Amino acid sequence: MDTFKSLIVILMSSVLVNNYVLSRFLGICPFLGVSKKLNQATGMGISVIFVMVVATAVTWPIQHFVLDKFGLGYMQTIVFILVIAALVQFIEMALKKFLPSLHKSLGVYLPLITTNCAVLGVTIDNIGEFNYNFIESLVNSLGCGLGFLLAMVLFSGMRSKIEDSEIPESFKGLPATLIAASFVSLAFFGFAGIVDKLFA
Amino acid sequence: MNKNSNMSILLKGILLENPVFVLILGTCPTLATTTSVIGAIGMGLAATAVLICSNMVISLLRKVIPDSVRIPCYIVIIAGFVTIVQMVIHAYLPELYELLGVYLALITVNCIILGRAEMFAGKNSVGKSALDGIGMGLGFTLALLLIATVREVIGLGSFAGIEIPFLVDYKIEFFTKAPGGFLVYGIMIAVVYKLTHGKAPYKKEAGCKGCPSAAMCSGHSCEATAKEDI
Repeated sequence: MDTFKSLIVILMSSVLVNNYVLSRFLGICPFLGVSKKLNQATGMGISVIFVMVVATAVTWPIQHFVLDKFGLGYMQTIVFILVIAALVQFIEMALKKFLPSLHKSLGVYLPLITTNCAVLGVTIDNIGEFNYNFIESLVNSLGCGLGFLLAMVLFSGMRSKIEDSEIPESFKGLPATLIAASFVSLAFFGFAGIVDKLFA
Repeated sequence: MNKNSNMSILLKGILLENPVFVLILGTCPTLATTTSVIGAIGMGLAATAVLICSNMVISLLRKVIPDSVRIPCYIVIIAGFVTIVQMVIHAYLPELYELLGVYLALITVNCIILGRAEMFAGKNSVGKSALDGIGMGLGFTLALLLIATVREVIGLGSFAGIEIPFLVDYKIEFFTKAPGGFLVYGIMIAVVYKLTHGKAPYKKEAGCKGCPSAAMCSGHSCEATAKEDI
């Protein structure tokens, strides 16, 4: 039961408290770029969840059974980015072959994920900063992906409001978007104490 | 001014094509490492070092690397230099290494570096690519320094760790937190747009030109976005 509790805590903290986009600034490019429309934001978010979990499932064993075992820890960055790039390509090909309908809706977002720092960030964090075991790492990646989806979906709603409003000339476009992101991020601060109190 | 003169290549990175305020590349480290001036300078210089080295090597190899696999090749070259910079900082500046944490490894996927490789180094000579790297790197560092100065002075009442009398009694901690980062960055872009009025054309639509992933998606995902918008 305690392990289950700790997994829930990890999940909740990575979705709400340490939200990758809004409090750790990872994956800002797609957050600002693909959040104009709700359906695109959802598609991108789901693709990110998928790639994050699969990437963690592959990189965690590589780190612990290959790199650490042979003293190659310093190769982490190179190996991880190559694994993620190859994996994204592979997932795209597999989807195209076996699930063409899913490929049609998610396929366009996959190439953009290779250079998404949130994916590389979560795989490195799972090993370095948090030192999670395999199951915890998977849950953390799922949580980060869900947090990303949540931020994207909330923000796409906010952006459609901005499109219709009167803004000073200099603030049109990106500046207004960033200031809106600031408010969404501020709202997420409200979750700060939630994890400690969850099982109190 | 001659568009291709060496001086203008160097200077455009700092002003007219500033990667942070005009091209809007590398937003993640810009927001994450500007809570303190020291972190911002460290991040800026680390990224500059990687940018200069990778620009030169990519430019040297631009005729050897086949066009269809250039992005993976670029990523490997960049990741190699990032690892070297990581090891150097870990050895000589362990405090900075702790401060930057995961963001140091994430220089690999910093859009500025891949973006410059794709937009400039893959098409120009070694000397020009090195100059472009220096200019873009300095532009990135200065922009980070500017944002960090605002955030640290208002948020912590100090500059590079040195407390400023009077201001230290009226800290607004909001600015050192995540929302403050978004807010300051947004206002800065608006100010730069106002000051360079008309000369900073990329602000609203960076488009595929400013997107390092453009080469991989061959434009179809952004085009789909653009079409839906119309």
